[in-house]
Amino acid sequence: MLRIENVNTHYGQIQALHDISLEVKQGEIVTLIGANGAGKTTLMMTICGDPQATSGTIEFDGEVISGLDTPSVMRKGLAIVPEGRRVFSGMTVEENLFMGSYFRSKAEAQETVKHVLELFPRLEERFDQRAGTMSGGEQQMLAIGRAMMSKPRMILLDEPSLGLAPIIIQQIFDIIEKLRDEGVTIFLVEQNANQALRIADRGYVLENGRVVLEDTGDALLVNDDVRKAYLGG
Amino acid sequence: MTNKFYNALFASGIAFILTCLMVGIKLDTEGTQLAIKGASAEQWTWIGLGIALVFLSQLFSDKIDAIFSKVPKPKLSNMLPKEQKMATLKPWLLALLIVGMLVWPFMVSRGSVDLATLALIYIMLGLGLNIVVGLAGLLDLGFVAFYAVGAYTYALLSQYFGMSFWACLPISAGLAALFGFILGFPVLRLRGDYLAIVTLGFGEIIRILLNNWTAVTGGPNGISGIDKPTLFGLEFSRRAKEEDTVLFHEFFGIDYSSSYKVIFLYLIAVILTIFVVYVINRLMRMPVGRAWEALREDEIACRSLGLNRTVIKLSAFTLGATTAGFAGAFFAARQGFISPESFIFIESAIILAIVVLGGMGSQVGVILAAIIMTILPELAREFSEYRMLLFGFLMVIMMRWRPQGLVPMKRPHLELNR
Repeated sequence: MLRIENVNTHYGQIQALHDISLEVKQGEIVTLIGANGAGKTTLMMTICGDPQATSGTIEFDGEVISGLDTPSVMRKGLAIVPEGRRVFSGMTVEENLFMGSYFRSKAEAQETVKHVLELFPRLEERFDQRAGTMSGGEQQMLAIGRAMMSKPRMILLDEPSLGLAPIIIQQIFDIIEKLRDEGVTIFLVEQNANQALRIADRGYVLENGRVVLEDTGDALLVNDDVRKAYLGG
Repeated sequence: MTNKFYNALFASGIAFILTCLMVGIKLDTEGTQLAIKGASAEQWTWIGLGIALVFLSQLFSDKIDAIFSKVPKPKLSNMLPKEQKMATLKPWLLALLIVGMLVWPFMVSRGSVDLATLALIYIMLGLGLNIVVGLAGLLDLGFVAFYAVGAYTYALLSQYFGMSFWACLPISAGLAALFGFILGFPVLRLRGDYLAIVTLGFGEIIRILLNNWTAVTGGPNGISGIDKPTLFGLEFSRRAKEEDTVLFHEFFGIDYSSSYKVIFLYLIAVILTIFVVYVINRLMRMPVGRAWEALREDEIACRSLGLNRTVIKLSAFTLGATTAGFAGAFFAARQGFISPESFIFIESAIILAIVVLGGMGSQVGVILAAIIMTILPELAREFSEYRMLLFGFLMVIMMRWRPQGLVPMKRPHLELNR
């Protein structure tokens, strides 16, 4: 569904990604793990068109999206939950959700919002509350819910477990699996390698802007190098 | 405590240097020579007292703060009736307000009608800037430029082509919108302080251009004799300029009175303002209004949702400018005379002050603040020399007492009955 081929990305003179190639197939959860500064977020942002890849191609659903600007990429059926949640803190949960369905009709949005509230009953309780007054976990749910509102075929998740309590992280990962069961393809960027690999069908390991390993989630979980580097021996 | 002491010493030292330079030393002409004179003994005592005040207030700032926090703040929310009652009362109140605004000028003096017209102009300007600053969060210090564009568009079209006010009104708004659009492009990459500087520069460019393009705009002499608006072709002057124009008082067979014109201008202002309030109120509830707010809150999140920030910023800028263009055209028609003097930076500052005072993003607040800001200087006419001082004082008080503005923005929402 998403195919990245030989992508290089530069920040000015500095090359952040070197010849990245990876693929996410329909209905999969694919996870990308790596240390700080490995280029995980850069890869996410390159998919979204900012910064643009200096060479290589990115294909989504058979359509080349590298070279398009961010707004057009984001309207192709791809949604991203940005790093650090980034909900609109002064707006209510309801308004936040409907910002996600900005380009869809009201009727469609009403239908999707029902579905999102079923997934996240907590959000229904907080429907009229300002997003900034909610806990980190609730905000993360809201961020995922907001991304769902555009009814994407694929969701990119950038560190959804960032700064959350273990029990909340578990909930978030349960929801990610549920989304996959509904047929949404998921590309997950995580530092929390243990949990991410457990739910992933396949995984890629990124180091210094290069893909150094790729395998199924279970295989990576028992891989010695991965264990040493990311799972604490 | 020692920290406080040094702080107070430092502040009073600065106060001493500044007052000595500004008050203590005077330049005077003696014949053809300039001479430097010291202040009189009385002035020195005042300076000394002032510095002592600065020193003490800095030294005991904690206690002063404590006293301030004890001063009871009137709770506006308690004074208003309950929300449900408000909802049913609202249309009636609005209707009453509009009728009142239409009837009111026939009962009061000409001066107050004129003042109300001015207040309405500032309401329009405040509402326009409210979109840019209050909703979209783009700090614009050169808003007066669009006001000037609107005013000069009407003035020039009227002078060179003899076009009527009503035909020029949309043209003025459109041209101001075009300028907003043009300014929008370079501004899109900028944020915060940088944006403020660019807009400030733009405001000055327009003013200086108007000042120096003497051949077209008349330079500092301005444009005079701009036609007043007409009521379906009826003019409000005492005598017709040309043979075939019909005069208002002749048409209705009533005696001529100069106040008809003033009231007519006021009524136009009321209609324009209601139109602007209505349109902006609708826009704020539309998705684009939400998008402006979302952009103010978090730009990256907006982009992640596929919103085009260029388009959103441009739309905010353009709509704000359109409103200013409206106000400008009306201003030119009302004054009958405009010059670059009317569009200096202080005007931008006042409009910005209106938005901040009223509460960013809140329409009611901005309207209230615009009324206060136009009427207060009139009431304080006796202290004309100290007007700016009062203005500054009011600002300081406001920021201490209600930093969120007079009537902070409330999000429209519906309660669900379960």
